[in-house]
Amino acid sequence: MRARVLVVDDDPALAEMLGIVLRTEGFVPAFVSDGERALAAFREVRPDIVLLDLMLPGMSGIDICRAIRAESGVPIVMLTAKTDTVDVVLGLESGADDYVVKPFKPKELIARMRARLRRGEDAPPELLTIGPFGSQITIDVPAHLVSRNGYEVKLTPLEFDLLVALARKPRQVFTREVLLEQVWGYRHAADTRLVNVHVQRLRAKIEADPERPEIILTVRGVGYKAGTS
Amino acid sequence: MPKPGVSLPLMRLRERTWSGVRRGPMRHVLRSGTTVGTAVRSRWRRSIQLRMVTYTVVASSILVALFGVFVVTRTTNSLVHAKLVSAKDQIQSGAATAKSYLDQLGQHDESTASVTMLLIVDNLSQGGPGGPVPVVLLYPPAGLTTVAPANSSSTVPIAALNAALVDLRETVGTSHLAHQFVSCAVVNGRPQPCLAVGIPVSSARAGVFQLYYLFPLTAEETAATVTRNTVLVIGAALVLTLAIMAWFVTQMVVRPVRLAARTAQRLSAGLLDQRMEVRGEDDLALLGAAFNQMAVNLQRQIVRLEDMSRLQRRFTSDVSHELRTPLTTVRMAADLLYSNRDDLTPVMARSTELLYAELDRFDELMTDLLEISRYDAGFAVLDAEPTDLVPTVGRVIRGLAPLAEHAGVAVEVRVPDVPVIAEVDPRRAERVLRNLVGNAIEHSEGRPVEVTLGIDEHAVAVTVRDHGIGLKPGEEKLVFNRFWRADPSRARQTGGTGLGLSISLEDARLHGGWLEAWGAPGRGAQFRLTLPVRAGARLLASPLPLVPRDADVATAVALPTAASTSVVATERSGNTTVTVAATNSATVRSDDRTVTVATTSSAADDPTTEIVGPGGDAAGERPPVDADAAVTTETLNDMVVVDVGADDVPGTIDDAADVVSIHRSAGRG
Repeated sequence: MRARVLVVDDDPALAEMLGIVLRTEGFVPAFVSDGERALAAFREVRPDIVLLDLMLPGMSGIDICRAIRAESGVPIVMLTAKTDTVDVVLGLESGADDYVVKPFKPKELIARMRARLRRGEDAPPELLTIGPFGSQITIDVPAHLVSRNGYEVKLTPLEFDLLVALARKPRQVFTREVLLEQVWGYRHAADTRLVNVHVQRLRAKIEADPERPEIILTVRGVGYKAGTS
Repeated sequence: MPKPGVSLPLMRLRERTWSGVRRGPMRHVLRSGTTVGTAVRSRWRRSIQLRMVTYTVVASSILVALFGVFVVTRTTNSLVHAKLVSAKDQIQSGAATAKSYLDQLGQHDESTASVTMLLIVDNLSQGGPGGPVPVVLLYPPAGLTTVAPANSSSTVPIAALNAALVDLRETVGTSHLAHQFVSCAVVNGRPQPCLAVGIPVSSARAGVFQLYYLFPLTAEETAATVTRNTVLVIGAALVLTLAIMAWFVTQMVVRPVRLAARTAQRLSAGLLDQRMEVRGEDDLALLGAAFNQMAVNLQRQIVRLEDMSRLQRRFTSDVSHELRTPLTTVRMAADLLYSNRDDLTPVMARSTELLYAELDRFDELMTDLLEISRYDAGFAVLDAEPTDLVPTVGRVIRGLAPLAEHAGVAVEVRVPDVPVIAEVDPRRAERVLRNLVGNAIEHSEGRPVEVTLGIDEHAVAVTVRDHGIGLKPGEEKLVFNRFWRADPSRARQTGGTGLGLSISLEDARLHGGWLEAWGAPGRGAQFRLTLPVRAGARLLASPLPLVPRDADVATAVALPTAASTSVVATERSGNTTVTVAATNSATVRSDDRTVTVATTSSAADDPTTEIVGPGGDAAGERPPVDADAAVTTETLNDMVVVDVGADDVPGTIDDAADVVSIHRSAGRG
């Protein structure tokens, strides 16, 4: 099945070029150039992945990102011309899973998109439990279900992957680089802020007190690990 | 000028330790004992008002005291003087009266003399010429041995008077009118100052008598006391009034000054709309008005600069976005063309390849330019987190592996046993290291590159050493300049934007760290990045030396101390021969780092001295150097600084550089 891509970008030349590349690579692209209509287009197209330009007329990319994230866990890859920490972190915090900085190479973009789409094809039955007694998290891997004290916690696919990666090897400390490779699919050095921001987002959803995490622990100077009972 | 490398950080360290101790609990203990003294001293130092009042009180006290002493002395003196004049007049009249009685005495009529003397004394004390006299004494002449002196006073015994008048009697003798201030007890038997005047009275036949008047100075003393007390009270009142006036006057001046200081502090703290209150039209109002004017201008300037900075940031951001979007399209199109270049004609295929490759450079250049403009706009933010630099270095080297392989360069890493963890911005640290290692690989000419990590309590350091052509003296600073190229013809091959090290330097500075370079021609170069372990902490020293041990610059340099013509060394390298005569040098050794100050001059008239530039042929013609080439080398703070002062020597820099290396080889030998 060919994946549907919603491209939200106001630059017609770039959109057209993206269309050419995406079609060459076997995607089915749909375009929207106006921020105001992005959400309607999203509901109509029901894409498998969204490419979102951060600077848009009408409604900012950040707002669109939040709006989409509010109703769907669909992978969002930001296209950004800004590399400043504030912009990138703001984009990631508003719900984007990954970002590519303009001017990107087409192969780089395609690799990022495929990494976001390639997931959970044939997972074996697996039930993981992490966290200390009293606030344990249960993860049903094939069903994509995470529950805390019997209540389901809604996670985006990326957050789910991050949690599973940590939960599969409790007690092991994952460096940010290892997580970038396992979860995001980066083969080489990439932005470790991706990990920081997503761990924070994940903590906000699963921890009783995100300020004092018990499930995803920070190992100072090294990385993160899953808390065990 | 930098000071010797080792001692400066050590000195700072010591100072810091000291102040640390003083800030510690010790000071607390010390304080309780000297609180009052310290408080007074600090108050004295801080308060102009206190100082002004003190000065006023001291100065006016001295003046008033001098004035008081003067007034009291003058008053007393004039009182006493008047008394003395009247007393002398009186006694002279009394003497005349006495003489008229005594003239009638016979030569040895002693009994009559006694009676006459008592009569005279009585007469004079009761009311002789000039009024009554408190005490009248009449001494008989030496011949009348049996006659007792006559004394008018019934309260003062004659013995006491005799004792008081011993000196005066000698002075009066037989011919002088004299006076003396003596202590007598006239009133109430208490001793009190008296004026005693004496005059000889010669009788016609009975010899020379002595007549004495004693006047108690009670009234004068009372007057003097009253004057003194009055002066004292008035003086004290004056001093007090002056002190109070000084207090108020300084208050008037100091208050606006203090207000200005407080307002200035608030201004500097960023409260730009702080102003002083202006009242009246006097000098202080002028101060306030001028201050406010300054504040207004300052605010305007700051706001303007802030606006400019904001505009610059906006511009940077906008340019970034505006440029990057079309570039993305161009890039994707080029990529598409490039991947299908086999279908194109050879000319078009080659064009596509060039387009593709140059787009990479364009991209790098733009990224670097935007990064540096972000620094210029003060927009760079440090995103520090505890990071282990060992895996960072590993990543950098893995990332540069294709470049190293292409250049045939082996990269060696030396790491300490402990993790090298510091609060750094991982992206920036990695960028700096990528830059340094990449540069080293490009310039190492196939020789191995060594990356060394070090850590101590306060700092982490990474040195990147190559054994390539090295840096010429002075280039250690130039390498960080924007678009600086060591050799323009080489740069084209190796590429790079020319901004890498500038950005790296900014990255290091943003961390509060150091990025320094060392290098010597033919001996390669070493770059050292030092970052504080805790973000924002001040760096004092680096865990790793900047000058590599194998460079030998910092190790013993044996130079003759004051040999005017002795040859230090001769080195033949390629076609450059340098013979150096040392005239003056000094070597200061400290630990394993050496501070070498060597002044070497070569004079044309010295046959042992010649400098042949790189263009000269060692075997054949050697262009003689006719100018004095004064070469000073200093190895300071692990840096090699070479100053060359020569007017018309071709290739001077190279010569000087060779001198440095000769010094080194001399040290080894």
